[in-house]
Amino acid sequence: MLETIWFVLWGVLWTGYFVLDGFDLGLGAMMPFLARNDAERRLVFNAQGPFWDGNEVWLITAGGATFAAFPLTYAVMFSALYTPLMLLLFALILRGISFEMRSKEAAPLWRRTWDTCMVVGSFLPALLLGVAFANIFKGLPLDAQGILHGNLLTLLNPYGLLGGALFVLLFAVHGSIWLSIKVAGELGERGARLAARLWPALLAVAVAFLAMSAAVTDLFANIGRWPLLAVFPLLAVAGLLGTRLFLARRARWRAWTASAATIAGATAFGVAGLYPRLLPSSLDPAATLTAHNSASSQLTLSIMLGVALVFVPIVIAYQVWVYRTFAFPIDERDLEGHNAY
Amino acid sequence: MDVLSLSRLQFAVATYFHFLFVPLTLGLSVLVAIMQTKWYRTGDEDYLHMTKYWGKLFLINFAIGVVTGITLEFQFGTNWSRYSAFVGDIFGSLLAIEATAAFFIESTFIAVWFFGWKRLSKKAHLASIWLVAFASNLSAFWILVANAWMQSPVGYVIRNGRAELTDFMAVISQPFALLEFVHTVGGAYITAGFFVLGISAWHLARRNRLAFFRKSFALAAAWTLLFSVLEVAQGHMNAEILGGKQPVKLAAMEAQWETQAGAPMNLLQWPDAANERNSVQALPVPKLLSLLAHYDPDAVVHGLKEVPAADRPPVLPTFLSFRAMVGLAFVFVGMSAWAFLRRRAPERHAVMLRLLAWAIPLPYLANLLGWTLSEVGRQPWIVYGVMRTADAVSPVSASQVAVSAVAFILVYSLLGAADFYLLAKYARRGPVDDDAAHV
Repeated sequence: MLETIWFVLWGVLWTGYFVLDGFDLGLGAMMPFLARNDAERRLVFNAQGPFWDGNEVWLITAGGATFAAFPLTYAVMFSALYTPLMLLLFALILRGISFEMRSKEAAPLWRRTWDTCMVVGSFLPALLLGVAFANIFKGLPLDAQGILHGNLLTLLNPYGLLGGALFVLLFAVHGSIWLSIKVAGELGERGARLAARLWPALLAVAVAFLAMSAAVTDLFANIGRWPLLAVFPLLAVAGLLGTRLFLARRARWRAWTASAATIAGATAFGVAGLYPRLLPSSLDPAATLTAHNSASSQLTLSIMLGVALVFVPIVIAYQVWVYRTFAFPIDERDLEGHNAY
Repeated sequence: MDVLSLSRLQFAVATYFHFLFVPLTLGLSVLVAIMQTKWYRTGDEDYLHMTKYWGKLFLINFAIGVVTGITLEFQFGTNWSRYSAFVGDIFGSLLAIEATAAFFIESTFIAVWFFGWKRLSKKAHLASIWLVAFASNLSAFWILVANAWMQSPVGYVIRNGRAELTDFMAVISQPFALLEFVHTVGGAYITAGFFVLGISAWHLARRNRLAFFRKSFALAAAWTLLFSVLEVAQGHMNAEILGGKQPVKLAAMEAQWETQAGAPMNLLQWPDAANERNSVQALPVPKLLSLLAHYDPDAVVHGLKEVPAADRPPVLPTFLSFRAMVGLAFVFVGMSAWAFLRRRAPERHAVMLRLLAWAIPLPYLANLLGWTLSEVGRQPWIVYGVMRTADAVSPVSASQVAVSAVAFILVYSLLGAADFYLLAKYARRGPVDDDAAHV
């Protein structure tokens, strides 16, 4: 029972991470298509300003929760995916540091360097997380010792790449809409237009991903068993349609909420389809790691459940407060002085 | 090199580098919070300028500490997966609690503080820097509890082929953990103190903004002296607990080969591990080692030869890092006492100012030496007496780790250089009136 609760919490943490960091990763990746000059690029940085760091802690917490609740899954997942995780790590490091560094020096080469870190450091995590999760949905070639029989190229199979494309597009749309909320004027409008232009591609990739999921994974099997789980793919579909609808109506917050629902629905669909598996093996069903065979002791699971039930709502409460306080639209005048990146 | 050596090299690079930035974050967050509180209470504009100026340096430093911290969490899984699977029940929980209960606050409110000058009430804004200071120190607590468990595993049982938690309170309240926390945070506060003292001294020597830097100097002098004295007194308790928990580490850091009652302390000493003796051993102070380790001049001190060579840590680095760290600690007491006595008009003491400016790197060195003693001295164990480092490494290929280790060295060197450049630039520039105009 505790294992199942922790499986759900594990899914909630990843969902929280993708919904929140999704928009700033997407915005960073789309910067070359949005910002046309130095001031606009600086606005793109500051549009993520008060949020990105708190968002990224959801990843740390999702990783930490995997370590605490399912140590064997954490051990196998992180060592089997060694190279993609190192790429993810370096991308996040360079991206994270670019905020503080970029505008503290005027030399064009300095700024171009950190702008590149922002773009590549945002694009790569979106792509890698998509590729990694699609491969997990499909099953990794893991043996009973938790050793991966393959390499980075093994992960770049059609379904994995489709998952990567799906994440990149989901985040790009999510981030572009965020820009239209957080930045006033022409740059913000460009964000809304880019989101609308990317939307058909997102729709096409999402449909292809669902179809291919039905073919190469058994993510739909759990829905057959518990039909209520169909709410997740339906949420994703409704969110996707809502995104386009609200964009057309210029209802930016609603469009953003809808794209958040798309990401949440898609993640929850995948996680629910995996249950009770955390790391399916495509080589040997006996090597599959599940919420049951990789869980921590009952004592640890119950202590950690207490910690999660107390602190996660508190985190959500103060992060909601931060969004309410800092969601106001900015323009170039807000970059004067020293209280902006 | 094999996977084990490469993974150890990578872990050392990533951890040392991370810990160049963390101590300043821990200490300077509190100092900046104190400065802002003084401004809030007195309305003295100098304190506002101090908050802005030291706060900017704090943020430039903070950024690298945060991003390099992610590496540490990931590395347990990527490079030490057998360790992770074995201890996740305990160690993983502590890391997860750190993220959920502390790191979230720190990362969220650092942005609230930086972006909130015009958006929040003065009181709420002041609260945000205190939350950052509190949460970063709370983070340190959880991380150090986790490390202390590797040094002194308690509250567990070996079951199902792994270490399983049996007593959570024993893990988080064991004296080893509390002492390690106090000692590490003490070192961090000394680091921040010398950072503020040294930069202030540099400006005072040039007669820049006298009133501003005198105030910074006086605050940091009192702070640094306080924590330097506490650190020496408290550090002694750490050595004492090692006598009970990790006698082999204690023997290695004192280069004590033979078990001996009434052991002397040799002021001059150089260990020779190959021949299991000290090649230099002079100026013994009779019975001092026994007295310091056990409060009894005749107590028995265990020697390295009690355990097989395979169970001993590398003696020379353990011994040297301990001696150098202790030596530096006394330098810190002396220099901060000097600064404290001259805090009213420090600009008149040119020699002191010059020495203080040059002293900025010393606490950094002491921090790294302390970790060397702690981690190298724990070898060959990853969990003392329970799991060997050699059994902890991931089943990954050497080429993968070689590539990532080189990448860490390159990327971290560049990041370190860029960050040092910015810190130096903004430290030299001094406070800017503009900063305060934009409150």
